[in-house]
Amino acid sequence: MDAITLDNITKTYNKGKVLAVDKATFTVAEGEMFGLIGPDGAGKTSIFRVLTTLLLPDGGSGTVAGFDIVDQYKEIRNCIGYMPGKFSLYQDLSVEENLKFFATIFETTIEENYELIKDIYIQIEPFKTRRAGKLSGGMKQKLALCCALIHKPKVLFLDEPTTGVDAVSRVEFWEMLKRLKHQGITILVSTPYMDEAVLCDRIALIQDGKILSIDSSENTMKKYPGRMYAVHSLNMHKLLKDLRSYPDTLSCFTFGDSMHLTFREDNDGNVTRLNEYLNNIGHTNLEIKEIQAGIEDYFIKISEPAHG
Amino acid sequence: MDNIAIQADKLTKRFDDFTAVDAITFDVRQGEIFGFVGANGAGKTTAMRILCGLSRPTSGAATVAGFDVYKEAEKIKKNIGYMSQKFSLYEDLTVMENITFYAGIYGLSDREIKERGAKLLDRLGITHEAKTYVASLPLGWRQKLSFSVAVIHQPKIVFLDEPTGGVDPVTRRQFWDLIYEAADSGITVFVTTHYMDEAEYCNRVSVMVDGRIDALDTPSNLKKQFNVDSMNKVFYQLAREAKRSGD
Repeated sequence: MDAITLDNITKTYNKGKVLAVDKATFTVAEGEMFGLIGPDGAGKTSIFRVLTTLLLPDGGSGTVAGFDIVDQYKEIRNCIGYMPGKFSLYQDLSVEENLKFFATIFETTIEENYELIKDIYIQIEPFKTRRAGKLSGGMKQKLALCCALIHKPKVLFLDEPTTGVDAVSRVEFWEMLKRLKHQGITILVSTPYMDEAVLCDRIALIQDGKILSIDSSENTMKKYPGRMYAVHSLNMHKLLKDLRSYPDTLSCFTFGDSMHLTFREDNDGNVTRLNEYLNNIGHTNLEIKEIQAGIEDYFIKISEPAHG
Repeated sequence: MDNIAIQADKLTKRFDDFTAVDAITFDVRQGEIFGFVGANGAGKTTAMRILCGLSRPTSGAATVAGFDVYKEAEKIKKNIGYMSQKFSLYEDLTVMENITFYAGIYGLSDREIKERGAKLLDRLGITHEAKTYVASLPLGWRQKLSFSVAVIHQPKIVFLDEPTGGVDPVTRRQFWDLIYEAADSGITVFVTTHYMDEAEYCNRVSVMVDGRIDALDTPSNLKKQFNVDSMNKVFYQLAREAKRSGD
């Protein structure tokens, strides 16, 4: 059975004037870690709120853990954990009080499900008498995850858990998610960081309320049409301008320390010709090599129409 | 000091027994794009607040645009621009009202506001949106507008605090085009980010760990120094040694 299903879910705001989610359709298998990847305003949070039964969709249908998101909202609320993008615990309760509160609401105790949260909770346990509002960002995030897990949910919803979090803490957080997945919990997680997409079993790329692609991250990268090249020179800013005005260039975007370039037509003479051209206009330390396109390349490619 | 935009010498800030910024020493050259990265809680925000004239250091020395952070904080504020993802524009003012408001605060005359405002809208290609409320602008436009407003008074230095968080990949890159343009026109850019690919776009990058600056060099030298192929790995090596965590 699928843990989550969405069938043509549509959500609008402002009396229909703002289309936040546009006929979203996808399924998440039991035990899968599924990523919703897209920028702010893409509709990720609206999808989370519809699935966690906090908002009613305008159209379409969906299920979570086999329950209907409209008719069986009470059943759904009992068997899911939800960590919203905005810190939503009680700031003036202590770490321990927050956890106890959530356990009690779900008619369980911290002891009963301690095994599930142990790995995460021991990291914040030294501060268990501290008020949640006084915790650092990383510790708030861990407490929120504990509270979302304390009733041993079947499906876990994590809305941008790593936004604004530094690279080291992000790696740690994904390690925790991997362990939860191994315990059989289905996870729907959203992120604006494309590099985190590879850590999910499958990903949906989303922009302007529309799902653009659903596949494993590996397959998503393979879907990139044509060959991709990384180009590097000593003067990168000049290189960008020169590559953009090069007649054979189809697209060129900066990626870290190189430019990712595609040609209008793939042929074997491209690299030699480009090398010559760039050499002639004064570029030094030139390096052009063919590479495998990444998730972000593909995202840019398929979201291009949105940028005129 | 003609071509030094920011100079910090053993700059330190303590809150009770907690040393948020621990004797940091660095220079930023005029027109440079200077990346300021570090884990949450490393002390970036505190250091940035001092450099913006918003917080008084405990000890050490620093000048920003030639002004002393202890004695000339007000002059610093007039000579810098500031933008962050969290706070930038007033959503319930229109695009032009925001421009007028900020330019007015920075002391531009009515004529300058009109001229530079029109130029700004033209360059961003949003002249037709002058009367639109900022709340209904797409996020990407808002970020670009917000940056342009932060440099409308042609400051010597602009501070950007995680300016591109949550923005789509194409807009994020367009935003960096604006940063390069500003730097080309001589504005010094001091920028914090969690996207390590963006650290690669900076002329030099400093990495803060537990209040200290543990590394400072060009991205390519840092990668050589740590024998890795990306800034992400440089950052990871440094930041995982951190003893403290949090914001």
